Amino acid sequence: MNSPIDMSEEIIKNIIVKEDDDYIVNMGPQHPSTHGVLRLEVCLNGETVKYMVPHIGYIHRAIEKMSESDTYKQIIHLTDRMDYLSAHMNNEAICLAVENALEIEVPERVKYIRVALDELSRVASHHLWWSAFGMDLGALTTFFYGMRDREKILAIFEESFGSRLLHSFVTPGGLMHDVHPNFQKHIMEFVRYFRKKLPEYKQLLTDNVIFHNRTKGIGYMSRETAIAFGVTGPSGRGSGFSCDVRKTAPYGLYNEINFKEILHDEGDSFTRYLVRMEEMEESLNILEQVADNIPEGDFTAKMKPIVKLPEGEYYQRVETARGELGVYIVSDGKKFPYRVKFRSPNFSNLFVLNTLAMEHLIADLVTISGSLDLVIPDIDR
Amino acid sequence: MNSIIEYFTDIYKGVRSLWAGMRVTGKYFVSPGEIVTEQYPENRATLKMEERFKGEVIMPHDENNQHRCTGCGICEVNCPNGSIEIITKRTPNEEGKMVRVIDKHIYHLAMCTFCELCIKTCPSNALAWGQDFEHAVFDRSKLNKVLNKPGSSLKKKEVKS
Repeated sequence: MNSPIDMSEEIIKNIIVKEDDDYIVNMGPQHPSTHGVLRLEVCLNGETVKYMVPHIGYIHRAIEKMSESDTYKQIIHLTDRMDYLSAHMNNEAICLAVENALEIEVPERVKYIRVALDELSRVASHHLWWSAFGMDLGALTTFFYGMRDREKILAIFEESFGSRLLHSFVTPGGLMHDVHPNFQKHIMEFVRYFRKKLPEYKQLLTDNVIFHNRTKGIGYMSRETAIAFGVTGPSGRGSGFSCDVRKTAPYGLYNEINFKEILHDEGDSFTRYLVRMEEMEESLNILEQVADNIPEGDFTAKMKPIVKLPEGEYYQRVETARGELGVYIVSDGKKFPYRVKFRSPNFSNLFVLNTLAMEHLIADLVTISGSLDLVIPDIDR
Repeated sequence: MNSIIEYFTDIYKGVRSLWAGMRVTGKYFVSPGEIVTEQYPENRATLKMEERFKGEVIMPHDENNQHRCTGCGICEVNCPNGSIEIITKRTPNEEGKMVRVIDKHIYHLAMCTFCELCIKTCPSNALAWGQDFEHAVFDRSKLNKVLNKPGSSLKKKEVKS
């Protein structure tokens, strides 16, 4: 393991050999278990997956191209619509890139609030994933329990930003407006509430024997595969790939906060499930540290009405609920960016699906794609 | 022999984990105090949205049918999707001078992405969020709204004393 990893073997294993008499079944674009408009061209050998080709582009909206004709403040609302479940982290990514380019120091209050919102979004996103993952495997009950707890977070969002899912709340230099006075109180209430409800998640799904049989040993991903395909986020950390951007390249307040990176080595679907469950608990720990100590102060730094970036290239990465999101801005000194590129986590996470699903049953393909937690609009952008 | 023991252990574990899950759902089944569902169309009379809720963009008018929009067009420039259209006209004011006033402030709700930039950048605070969220209509043209009410005029700036 200490020697340099030989990637070529991993990639050769993944080469698809198409033949004329392949039995092809299309999964999607309207298949409920693909969680969006994703088409998987699945080649079957009986009930076993021989190979699988993902076809993307059904929800391509040219967000990168549209960004080139928008000012830096206007791009924010587009990034919401990439990975809608971690909208706040997407906003933060581009705001941090602009702030670094202009060398603006945001007020301390903003940093605390941003971390709190990051972690709330992460928990809310994992709630939805837990609900939908259970539902993919046929356990409809989980959907109601996950949604019940997610509603508590969305109520906090609605109180402060006025919207539940796509809150363009972060702007370059700070926040859109100050958070609601009850913000801290409601976060602490939520942390206490969710700590009490977490054992229910364990009883309902984590300890269930049927769930174990469906997920254990299914979709094994080695550490080498994860690195070769650039699988990040909880899916990569389930294979022992230490890729938490909050630890490896801390941004905002993360280097002052005490939290641990969840790492497991087994690499099957059940491990990826466990990583996310433990991440929820870890997020609660971060929320506890942050919510009590939000300092008073301004909610935004002093900014010019028209933001112009100095000529150059800027890169910023953040950890969303699904992995590493990178924002690459090329500026030519005007008020519009010359080029914006988003390195989205789900794009890399999707293309490992073929390697994981080979030689598995078609029912396990649903398990594996569920355990990777794909959000389709983030793949197409 | 081992396989037989394994077989029965599996059954025992299966029944036990099933029981653990059923206990959770059963607890909620018999305790009606924990119901979290909101009966939406029935609770319309008591349903109150949050103060900051982003329903739609509105232009508040006072009791004299006066608003604060000067027709400067900053919201139109800042809107990323072109959902605001401002039509101005020239009319004589009290002193007989021709001045530019707002004729129609057209808001295309169908195109709006609720990014809040128009409200945030308005220099005279003429726009605000409305609480109405039931936007379903039978015809698309009904979503193009004129925000300034007919016959409304610009509110005079209060002189600071």
